[in-house]
Amino acid sequence: MTIKHLLKLCFLIFIFSCNNDKTLTKIEGKRIEINEDIASDSVIEAYIKPYRENVNKNLDSVISYAPETYSKSDGELNTAIGNLMADAVFEESNTIFQKRTGKTIDFVLLNHGGIRSIISKGNLTSRTAYEVMPFENSVVVVALKGEQVMEMMEYLSRAKRPHPVSKQLQLTLEKDFEFKSATVNGKPIDENAIYHVATNDYLYSGGDRMVFFHPNDSLYVLDYKIRNVLIDYFKKYDTINPQKDNRFIKLSN
Amino acid sequence: MKRRQFIQNSTAATALLGLSGLGLQSFASETKKITILHTNDVHSHIDPFGPDHKRNANKGGVARRATLVESIRKENPNTLLLDAGDIFQGTPYFNYYGGELEFKLMSMLKYDLATIGNHDFDNGIDGLYAQLPHAKFEFVSANYDFSNTVMDTHVKPYKVFVKNGIKIGVFGLGIQLDGLVSKNMYKETVYNDPIEIAQDMSRILKEEHSCDLIICLSHIGYNYKNHPDRVSDLKLAKTTKDIDLIIGGHTHTFLPKPTIEKNSVDKNVLVNQVGAYGLYLGKIDFYFESGKEVKSNGATIIV
Repeated sequence: MTIKHLLKLCFLIFIFSCNNDKTLTKIEGKRIEINEDIASDSVIEAYIKPYRENVNKNLDSVISYAPETYSKSDGELNTAIGNLMADAVFEESNTIFQKRTGKTIDFVLLNHGGIRSIISKGNLTSRTAYEVMPFENSVVVVALKGEQVMEMMEYLSRAKRPHPVSKQLQLTLEKDFEFKSATVNGKPIDENAIYHVATNDYLYSGGDRMVFFHPNDSLYVLDYKIRNVLIDYFKKYDTINPQKDNRFIKLSN
Repeated sequence: MKRRQFIQNSTAATALLGLSGLGLQSFASETKKITILHTNDVHSHIDPFGPDHKRNANKGGVARRATLVESIRKENPNTLLLDAGDIFQGTPYFNYYGGELEFKLMSMLKYDLATIGNHDFDNGIDGLYAQLPHAKFEFVSANYDFSNTVMDTHVKPYKVFVKNGIKIGVFGLGIQLDGLVSKNMYKETVYNDPIEIAQDMSRILKEEHSCDLIICLSHIGYNYKNHPDRVSDLKLAKTTKDIDLIIGGHTHTFLPKPTIEKNSVDKNVLVNQVGAYGLYLGKIDFYFESGKEVKSNGATIIV
């Protein structure tokens, strides 16, 4: 037996004995809460600091001004803040949509629940946009038949909520919330025409039971987050000027 | 020639000496402890929650996690730190830096391995690829086939670690992307059936690599009560064998303690998940003993 053989044998014995030797006998499992009782690692903390300061500086740099405080509860069927959001989505998305498809967005529908915060009187920052729209939802444009747009109008009349719509749509309800009339760009809705409606991907997927987006002729995904729409819109205007108006109303008598 | 002979002899002698040393050690009923630490769905939560947060006030924070991990590693150097995916998305840190800071901090905490969650595709597969240079740890996913994407060769199906002579095999599993992530984000990533893949993986790790411990790092979700047909960690545990621990994610399930399930051959499997946002660290200790006979009912589990 050469030394090589001996070595090989030794290794075999070693591996064999090892496999026999390791028996899993006990398992202990738990979770540990990360709370204030645990001191922060100073190296990690120091590493994060410049990133945190830069994010905060960016989030807090002034990009526009709000002359008033706007809340989603200050209106029955349309609110200044909702109108601002829907009109901003129209304005910012339509440019992209036209460039990519040669088509024009007819109007915008968002959801009232998607307004997550008030806009406070004073300076507007990117942080304002994060507060109003913390979610990652983005703009999609759906090609819908007129009859589906009519279903949407029925939905809006039943919902009795100020779901934001852009100013190209005008919807009037009877005083008992029954549908009365609707126009898009001043013309009555044509059941056989195709309308390009911009909304967010959450509603398109059936969020808030908005089932009228399916089936549809086409879907255009713009890859444009609603939050970024707001940031871009704020940057464009020194002072925002949202108004409650007559785009979605109910008759009073 | 004489010199060579001498070297060979001395090498053999050293090997024999080493062997007898090891032999003596192993026969003296030595206990080896492997600690597995884990997080999931941290979602860019780098800073702790503020004092005014309704649910998680003053909880979480990477710098605190670093202190905790370090103290556990000091107590037991044979520790692995793993993450079950959805590292990205949830705070402006992600929107501003695209995941760079998340990966850098995980590298500083010396994470050993992570799997890929659906939100890790939020800046597209190219956005994930772009951040890879910041990660000093590796990624495993056995059921995502990245062959026709930029991630090809950057994600392995599994990785084998050896800690204090104990072989630990870890493989990754990801959730079905269709319907959850836009196709233009995940591109040509192919999703394969997690159960079939897990069966292959546990066989390879057990038979080909002779692993002493097999861990599945999963982002398929803990359990879907309303969709009993959907694949989940509990289902995976019940229908496979040779997996010792499933570390889960995706469903943000805050398990107060690990779940014990019976696998397809009636042996125990641990399933654990620590919710989300880095509020908790999961800790599972495995004790191996030499010279002990395998008990028919397996290891004692204390949870």
